[in-house]
Amino acid sequence: MVSLIGRQTLGVISGLGEFALFTGNSFLAALDSRKLFRRVVRSLHEQGTVCLPVILIVGIFTGLVLGLQGYHVLNRFGSSGLLGALVSLSLIREMAPVLAALMLVGQAGSALAAELGMQRQTEQIVALETMGIGSHGYLVSPRLIASIFSFPAQTALFVVVGLWGGALSGSVLLGVDSGVYWSSVERAVEARDLRECFIKAAIFGLLSISLCAYQGFHADRNRSVTGARAVSAATTRAVVLSSILILVVDYAVSSFFV
Amino acid sequence: MQPFVDTHHALRVEGLRKAFNGRPVLKGINLGIPRGSIFTVLGPSGAGKSVFLKCLANVLQPDEGRISFDGRPMGYGTDPAVRAEFRKRCSFLFQANALLDSLTALENVALPLEQTTDLDDKEIRRRSMEALRQLEVHEFADLHPGELSGGMQKRLALARAIVTRPELVLFDEPTAGLDPLRRNGVFAMIAKYRRMFGFTALVVTHDVPEALVASDRVALLDQGMICFEGTPSEFSASEHPVVSGFRDSDKALAATIARMLDEPLSTHASP
Repeated sequence: MVSLIGRQTLGVISGLGEFALFTGNSFLAALDSRKLFRRVVRSLHEQGTVCLPVILIVGIFTGLVLGLQGYHVLNRFGSSGLLGALVSLSLIREMAPVLAALMLVGQAGSALAAELGMQRQTEQIVALETMGIGSHGYLVSPRLIASIFSFPAQTALFVVVGLWGGALSGSVLLGVDSGVYWSSVERAVEARDLRECFIKAAIFGLLSISLCAYQGFHADRNRSVTGARAVSAATTRAVVLSSILILVVDYAVSSFFV
Repeated sequence: MQPFVDTHHALRVEGLRKAFNGRPVLKGINLGIPRGSIFTVLGPSGAGKSVFLKCLANVLQPDEGRISFDGRPMGYGTDPAVRAEFRKRCSFLFQANALLDSLTALENVALPLEQTTDLDDKEIRRRSMEALRQLEVHEFADLHPGELSGGMQKRLALARAIVTRPELVLFDEPTAGLDPLRRNGVFAMIAKYRRMFGFTALVVTHDVPEALVASDRVALLDQGMICFEGTPSEFSASEHPVVSGFRDSDKALAATIARMLDEPLSTHASP
């Protein structure tokens, strides 16, 4: 039993170390990679434009629900005028970075893990190496660099549409004065809230995209499954572990800022 | 370890060994690949041909042995600059082509030039289109590999392999999964472009007739060891039991079928 726990612990520590090395190497590989900018732009498109609909839909409905629930709770205490503060702070400090990151992992992260997994299975990654092309620099670095920009940008968009969603349910549907709502937003939000929001988004982006890339890149490591099932297993692992990682890191970063 | 100079051979392998999970796959391979030749390593499936080729291409790390290219030792553990130089001068054609499916045919061919040279975009495009034209797939430059037939994909993979003007091209089962006509076509293509570009070609395959026609030298790999090396005519005349067994496998099949047909049907029928 003790040896089993020991083996598992060592496995986790070694896995974390490998993941850290993978991320570090991928960043370093960017220095040697040619025509990197083009691939960063392509990755920004994958993590940005392609994921826009899901961010807009989830953002607006999150705002609508926050406005609806927040109004009924605040109304009990005669504080419905603080609805803007509740919606904005909830969105900016927690919900937007976390939900946007989870949505991006679900769409861009899973696609990345599956693509790299497929490329591993069909020897495309080995082919790059035999051509003298660093696979980390070619395949992973642009995705990591793009994630540092795309996640905060998507989070900002999530916040904006979420605030409009809150205004729609709070002001238009439930009767809170629009001016009261927006002035409450303006008074509540401080620069440090925005800083926390974007720092979280960038960290979530970097870690989750790196984890998805790591899982796809090593899709052949699991000896018990091969081929399409290995790609499927790597994609599932990428999404599940990234989602857990986002929530764990969210707590750690939040406790640092609070 | 002293480098040994060998001007006759483009590639030389000595005592190459490789095992997976304690199971030996290569048991001490010694080979010299003459410069400018088409050298074919024949062998049945599972004989270790692809492992051998991947060890040469630095994709797999051999457990033991020495590989030298142009007289200079190379492989795992050697100077990274030497390995990088080798990768610039050597191309690898994968059994399943390993074309990047997210890129078009033109982008696939341009990739090694774009990533390993300082050529400008215009020159990269010119050279890539030239390679596509030489392989007669230029009309499909804007298509993705998935939209091309198996034969076209093979030609596209060869265009990508030769676009950097390599001195050595390693072909891993280039005719796998192709019909006899296309198999002939692939070997004809290798011979034609070897002549056109002057590279040394190392081919691993189990297609005996085509290999004997197109190759300058052949070797037979069986159970992880080279049991024959020589010219195609020497291979055809060899009385080595493994060589004749592999070479005349179609005759053996005919004999087996004839024997089976002579036996009473009841012995084969299920109860």
